Amino acid sequence: MKLSSPMDAWKYLPGTNCKECGEKTCLAFASLLLERNKKLEDCKPLFEPKYASKAKELAELLAPEIREVAIGVGARASKIGGEDIMHRHELTFYDRTSLAYDVWDTMAEPELRERVRRITKWRKFYVGEFLTLDVIAVRSVSSEAKTFARCVKCVAEETDMPLILCSFDANVLEAGLKEVSDRNPLLYAADKTNWQAIMALAKRYNVPVTLFSLDLDTLNSLATTFAAAGIDDLILDPGTYPTGEGLADTFSRFVRIRRAGIVDGNKGIAYPLMAVPMTAWMVNGNQDALDASYWEAIIADTFILRYADIMILHSIEPHSLLTERTLVANIYTDPRRPVSVDPGLREVGSPTDKSPLFVTTNFALTYYTVESDLSSSKIDCYLMVVDADGLGVEAAVAGGQLTADMIKETVTSYDAEKKVTHKTMVLPGLAARISGETEDATGWSVLVGPRDSGRIPGWMTDNWPPKT
Amino acid sequence: MLNVVDNKIEATLTTRKSLIQVLQPVQHVEEKKVAVLENAKFEVAKAAWTGKIEEVTIGATSADGGTRESTVTIGGEKSLPFYNFDHQMPYPPVISVDCFDMPIPLAKAVRGFYEDVMEDPGEWAKKNVREFGADMVTIHLISTDPTIKDTSAREAAKTVEDVLQAVKVPIVIGGSGNPDKDPAVLEAAAEAAAGERCLIASANLNMDYERIAKAAHDNGHVILSWTQLDINAQKTLNRYLFKLGVPREDIVIDPTTAALGYGLDYAFTNIERMRIAALKGDTDLAFPISCGVTNAWGARESWMKGSPLAEDSDWGPAAYRGPLYEIITGLTLGIAGGDMFMMMHPKAATAVKRVTQMLFGADTDGAKEVNVDDWVTWEANK
Repeated sequence: MKLSSPMDAWKYLPGTNCKECGEKTCLAFASLLLERNKKLEDCKPLFEPKYASKAKELAELLAPEIREVAIGVGARASKIGGEDIMHRHELTFYDRTSLAYDVWDTMAEPELRERVRRITKWRKFYVGEFLTLDVIAVRSVSSEAKTFARCVKCVAEETDMPLILCSFDANVLEAGLKEVSDRNPLLYAADKTNWQAIMALAKRYNVPVTLFSLDLDTLNSLATTFAAAGIDDLILDPGTYPTGEGLADTFSRFVRIRRAGIVDGNKGIAYPLMAVPMTAWMVNGNQDALDASYWEAIIADTFILRYADIMILHSIEPHSLLTERTLVANIYTDPRRPVSVDPGLREVGSPTDKSPLFVTTNFALTYYTVESDLSSSKIDCYLMVVDADGLGVEAAVAGGQLTADMIKETVTSYDAEKKVTHKTMVLPGLAARISGETEDATGWSVLVGPRDSGRIPGWMTDNWPPKT
Repeated sequence: MLNVVDNKIEATLTTRKSLIQVLQPVQHVEEKKVAVLENAKFEVAKAAWTGKIEEVTIGATSADGGTRESTVTIGGEKSLPFYNFDHQMPYPPVISVDCFDMPIPLAKAVRGFYEDVMEDPGEWAKKNVREFGADMVTIHLISTDPTIKDTSAREAAKTVEDVLQAVKVPIVIGGSGNPDKDPAVLEAAAEAAAGERCLIASANLNMDYERIAKAAHDNGHVILSWTQLDINAQKTLNRYLFKLGVPREDIVIDPTTAALGYGLDYAFTNIERMRIAALKGDTDLAFPISCGVTNAWGARESWMKGSPLAEDSDWGPAAYRGPLYEIITGLTLGIAGGDMFMMMHPKAATAVKRVTQMLFGADTDGAKEVNVDDWVTWEANK
């Protein structure tokens, strides 16, 4: 974005301090705009006709350095790009890397539909929400328009996820595009030989398009040409070499393209980037699938960190999806977000005075993991969250933030004695070291639970209610 | 009057006509094709850093008063990791494979590799080098913890001697993490390994780091300065070490590794911030970085048979997940600034070594021959 201080943005706001946005003053709102914690649309009065020119100018000044391109429609539409920074601690990365998993038009139909369903339904609980996958890439392996169209139609019937249509043949692409013209798919790809035909398609159907070239001058030229023709929903693919010096070179291109866009302000190349970790499969994927899936995840990791905004992947094995999607979640977590939850005595399910009381710390990840393990196993209980400076159990025991005294203080502050009659608490297995001291300090009986809260259900069978 | 205004608008529109045509294509211009590509040259500036990371050598050969047959040197960077287009990285990252002074519980996927050597740290270390290609070996003296076996400092020093006999690569000597016991254990170990230029792990703020640093220094070792995800604590501890007279080329830092899904974002950003600060000239932080990647096995996804949550999609075999969690944790921190990785699973160690060698520029396997746009038509096995 082109603004560096809240005052610069404030000049364009109505200045009435109307509080409609939820902030006390326009200046406060302006500073949140700069932090990307509020959107321009939150200022309703700005969209009155009399402010139209100011609204337009401010929108341009606030626009991220890297263009934001939307693909797909509806609830699962993906925003791609929209970045303003080179390193996440400078603010936060913004639109998470979209993970696109492939299907291809030579798959048998039942197999195709099953694969689409798996990609669509995949989910993993993580820090209070379900992670899901983002996009499906449909590849034309047959190079036949009819075959591709039939495949795209099947895919569209099975999923509401955004689609990428992949072929270098404009006729093949158009056949697929006709099936999903109302779903805003991304086209892959225009290169230096077919670009005129692909440009015509992108215009006719008004859809975003990927530009591919291994040569960065050509890539920059393609982007400039498309933009001049009024097509600026562009994604750039500079090619992804899977191994060796090619991989090092690919790394260099991604960093340099992003640097040119953000640091040097070269608008002509400031578009979202596509990586294709799937090229790992072209080395020996048909000989050693496990090895190829690992190498694909390695390339994915490299370019999740270094500036791919969307990537195409092949393995939908659980180990691939878990690692790739978790890494995206980690890197795109806003580093300004607090790492801790409030301490307190929480109820999970409908506990009674006979229900167990588990102890944990206030590190958000720890808390959400324990809480979801308990609620998913339908264990009615109390969860006592100790203020351990936002550290996990193991680190807090080692560093002295989770101590018998802290536990005692929490018991007192939240009236734990009034909630349960048994005066028994369950410490995490990783805090076994302080169980004796805790009994002494609190006067409660202390049981040591499992080292991982995922094993609480099994532990309950053997240990609850406590033997007297 | 109105007409004049209209004419003006018309005139403006005419001059901008070509622009408007391309911005808002209407049917009759749409089919008119753009004939030639514009000619845009891609240019980008180099990053100019002022700082340089210390170069640290671990291990001493007979020429330097030790008995190692190889040494490793890490650090020396003048740019971010693998940013060879700014400045060639001088040394590739290295891998140290862990062994322990007693049998320990390990995830099933790892256990198989070490079951036959767990009783003998020397054999364990040998296997790490001979079979798993370790650049270095880390011996963790965990049995010295009073709550585990309370092995004496003297016995621990004997174990270190055994490991030094067994392998000829540089070694890392780790304590149990017990703040009361570690100073004595690491002091005895440093004395037993005098002259070998080991990496002593570690000096921490919550223990008598002075005694550990002094023992390391007096016996010619490198010291690992370990803090918990806290850039200011790292600066503080490093400054204490300077004050004690530890030379800069004898310091490696460990800003803490958190596993994928379990705080990796904090570890990544913490390391990246430290490395960027160092390259911008903060000499308190300009040291090679060691990462305890084995921590990835603490993630439940690495070892648990399946998800404890019924709502999750199938997690698949744990044997496939664990090594990949270790790989991703290591590589991620390598791209942030890690110079050295302490690892456990042989396949993970090999993979991290291979990819970092490639990014460094040392592994040129010629795969540039792959036609990278052919993925669109690539056919998977049925």
